[in-house]
Amino acid sequence: AALNDGLRSQVSAALKEGRVAPTELCQRCLALIKSTKFLNAYITVAEETAMKQAEESEERYKRGQPLGILDGIPVAVKDNFNTAGIETTCASNMLKGYISPYNATVVQKLLDQGAVLLGKTNLDEFAMGSGSTDGVFGPVRNPWSYSKQYKEKSVPKSHSEESNWVITGGSSGGSAAAVSSFTCFAALGSDTGGSTRNPAAHCGVVGLKPTYGLISRHGLIPLVNSMDVPGILTRCVDDAAVLLGSLAGHDPKDSTTIQDDFEPFELPNLTDVSKLSIGIPKEYHAPGLSSEILALWSKAADLFKNAGAKVVEVSLPHTRYSIVCYHVLCTAEVASNMARFDGLEYGHRSDMKDSTESMYAATRREGFNDVVRGRILSGNYFLLKQNYEKYFVKAQKVRRLIANDFVKVFRSGVDILLTPTTLSDAAPYTEFIQEDNRTRSTQDDILTQAANMAGLPAINVPTALSKRGLPVGLQFIGRSFQEKQLLTVAKWFEKQVQFPMIQLEEVKRHDSGVFQHQKSASFS
Amino acid sequence: LAPWVPVVGLEIHAQISSNSKLFSGSQVQFAAPPNSLVSFFDASLPGTLPVLNRRCVEAAVMTGLALNCSINKKSLFDRKHYFYADLPAGYQITQQRVPIAVNGCLSYSLCIDSKMSQMVTKTVRIKQIQLEQDSGKSLHDDTRSQTLVDLNRAGVGLMEVVMEPDMCCGEEAAAAVRELQLILQTLGSSQAVMAEGQLRVDANVSVHHPGEPYGVRTEVKNINSIRFLAKAIDYEIQRQIEELENGGTILNETRAFDSKLGCTVPMRDKEGKQDYRFMPEPNLPPLILYDTKSLPANMNHQQVINIDWIHERLPDLPSVKRKKLVEKYGILPEHSFTLLNEDGLAEFFESVVKRTQMKPKKVIGWILNDLLSYLKQHSLTVKESPVSSFLLGDLLNLLEKKEISSTAAKQVFAELWKGEGKTPLEIVKEQKLGLLQDQKELEQICQAVIDGQENEVIMMMLG
Repeated sequence: AALNDGLRSQVSAALKEGRVAPTELCQRCLALIKSTKFLNAYITVAEETAMKQAEESEERYKRGQPLGILDGIPVAVKDNFNTAGIETTCASNMLKGYISPYNATVVQKLLDQGAVLLGKTNLDEFAMGSGSTDGVFGPVRNPWSYSKQYKEKSVPKSHSEESNWVITGGSSGGSAAAVSSFTCFAALGSDTGGSTRNPAAHCGVVGLKPTYGLISRHGLIPLVNSMDVPGILTRCVDDAAVLLGSLAGHDPKDSTTIQDDFEPFELPNLTDVSKLSIGIPKEYHAPGLSSEILALWSKAADLFKNAGAKVVEVSLPHTRYSIVCYHVLCTAEVASNMARFDGLEYGHRSDMKDSTESMYAATRREGFNDVVRGRILSGNYFLLKQNYEKYFVKAQKVRRLIANDFVKVFRSGVDILLTPTTLSDAAPYTEFIQEDNRTRSTQDDILTQAANMAGLPAINVPTALSKRGLPVGLQFIGRSFQEKQLLTVAKWFEKQVQFPMIQLEEVKRHDSGVFQHQKSASFS
Repeated sequence: LAPWVPVVGLEIHAQISSNSKLFSGSQVQFAAPPNSLVSFFDASLPGTLPVLNRRCVEAAVMTGLALNCSINKKSLFDRKHYFYADLPAGYQITQQRVPIAVNGCLSYSLCIDSKMSQMVTKTVRIKQIQLEQDSGKSLHDDTRSQTLVDLNRAGVGLMEVVMEPDMCCGEEAAAAVRELQLILQTLGSSQAVMAEGQLRVDANVSVHHPGEPYGVRTEVKNINSIRFLAKAIDYEIQRQIEELENGGTILNETRAFDSKLGCTVPMRDKEGKQDYRFMPEPNLPPLILYDTKSLPANMNHQQVINIDWIHERLPDLPSVKRKKLVEKYGILPEHSFTLLNEDGLAEFFESVVKRTQMKPKKVIGWILNDLLSYLKQHSLTVKESPVSSFLLGDLLNLLEKKEISSTAAKQVFAELWKGEGKTPLEIVKEQKLGLLQDQKELEQICQAVIDGQENEVIMMMLG
């Protein structure tokens, strides 16, 4: 089995048939993590525990009693999910060295099904950012920066590789990079304003944001409780469906999960799209959208049309307010959620001893970066008694309008919306950091944010390579809890576009099987 | 000098009697080792979420119904933010926008005079009842410049009962709180023992001249008993009147009651007014309650609370119990008031009545005058009484059958009080307190006395 294999199609079968052992798979992934260390995708690599889990999995396979399709599969988890016994830092000084005593529900579910947890991936501090550049462990590098495809197309050869690398997008950049560089078969991210879909687009992987309330948030350190969801990053849509099936469902520990039973599903191989109605929201032709992506989007619409689907232009008129609305609601929740970090019970505690209050202030100044502190200040401002109606309540009302836009469109007969995921391909790091975090977030979240406002499921499907040789993805947004339909359409699209595999020297060295299946993009 | 009208409102926090806390599964227990009853959620570990405790909701619904409130079929949870060592999350989850119950009323009785011979009934409006989390405890150790934090209490469920400013003095407030306490204990929704912090009362006090708008109010906290509540309020009313009559002004401040000095003092400074930055609690959906009419057909019984079902199962409230005692036993309302005011006394009384042929109207005298005064003298509760209802019943039977005089009965009672395990009959025999019923024996004794006192008898017969 090769590291690039899909779960259902190959790896799981290989494990079951004994063609590859879980320990071998684990070792190869760990070795690859080591040799791709420069990507800075992982904050913590849990080598010992991972090997132990792999050994246990191997025992089960020997006995012919694997726990399921995920048994023995190496996975990675974003470092804002609690993992018992393994450090959880949120890429912040506030939680450096923090070892949680419990597993997030989604982590527990993965472990219960035999998955092998390789480690915790890098992110923007407390998931605040769209570049995975603002964490205390440094920025994550997009594996595509080192791909043959990018190097061939990349401008001035005089620039060294060092300064030319591009960002992963964020905030789940570490998870996206980990999946993209084959160090794991799937990774968990989180998505509050696009934090799973954005890096998925930039790193050329599938990034699924499930419907709010479908997957438990218990143990996910919150950014915005009313918008956060655990995100799923994989190399193909089928794998995303597998992960979804193993994670979704009511959790009594999370009162915002729906009570209804969830039935895991296998994705049908859709051949006939004539009954589908695809909506193209005109407002998603946002300022700053690159002409390349615009063209790609248009081409994708044509693809559906030519295959017999109904493709209509629709309007989501309140889209342009979503960023401002998000800013108010997000910062307000951040101010609230971060209040618990006072150095008293866990995490960083300052040496300042003059008084409790001064200890709090020093702890929080030392523990949080500027981005976090900025959002706390903004949030507190919006929550002041005299401002509450004007900002918070107003934003909630606007949020309702944004959600209603989608309801109206779906009610008019549209099944799925097709939009770009990002405004352009990944920016070089040196260029990205020219603007501050807030500006970047404002720009980058525009295409992904509204789905979080409305709680809808959305998925990035890698579509083609840009002129610079970097991945570009397109986004599908579906109806609430209609993940099966969403993923079915996404899978059909994935098959049509045949996105090329990344050609990475490091991977080549570790896994000779990889390049047997080289495909080229039919889209460029 | 124009008369002053004092105005008193109360905010009462009653700890819910439940096995586990309001939003987490850790245990609720008084005086456990520090930080031994703290779940991950209570400690505010990142990523933990609140899960509503059904029992706490039921307790609040029961209490709301008992206080004649409208139960809100939809209520909401909010976050109230402030930083303090005993508040791990930096916010308290409470119900600020839409609480679980509103617009109720509580009737309570007051004695017109000190002899408890005439009672008057008053009412206070209940503004609302809200569910909220209790905080932990912090102990300031000034010698070592440190604060010790115990989170055992953090997250325990509270019902905050807000009483409108319908009261006018300490006595009324004390009576209202006492009645609330009895109701809570009858319902079992709170054990409401003030000494154990299960019932905490803050008083809002202001004064004004009749016809004029309400004066500036102060909040009085740190009151540890019902007796101190009355004292604190009365002191504060006086203080405000004196201040105003001397041309001063009342600050809208929080004051603590100093029980040693018997006065209220300004609490340590809170610079300016706190803005709690209320925000809806995003992790808890609206709390939906049903009644029989609105209950959906296929609803899982475990998942819902039916207000009507709870209403049907409410026990007799103190006011009802008192009426029943008066009707059943023919005792006075004041008597029945006292019976219910002492924990276990009503049961004791009824037990005695069962055991003896003496009429309840007479038994009540023994209970209220003899038993109760002995208990008070020795600071004992009814449960701790060395004289059981059986023993008292037996004693009263002797009295009723005229086997002893009432004076003798009192003597026997005193002897019983020693708790040496003797029965009334045994004591009577021992101390020869029995009334002689035998005519002949009596004549013999009298004759013997007369015979022994010849001279005195002659003197008497001569006039």
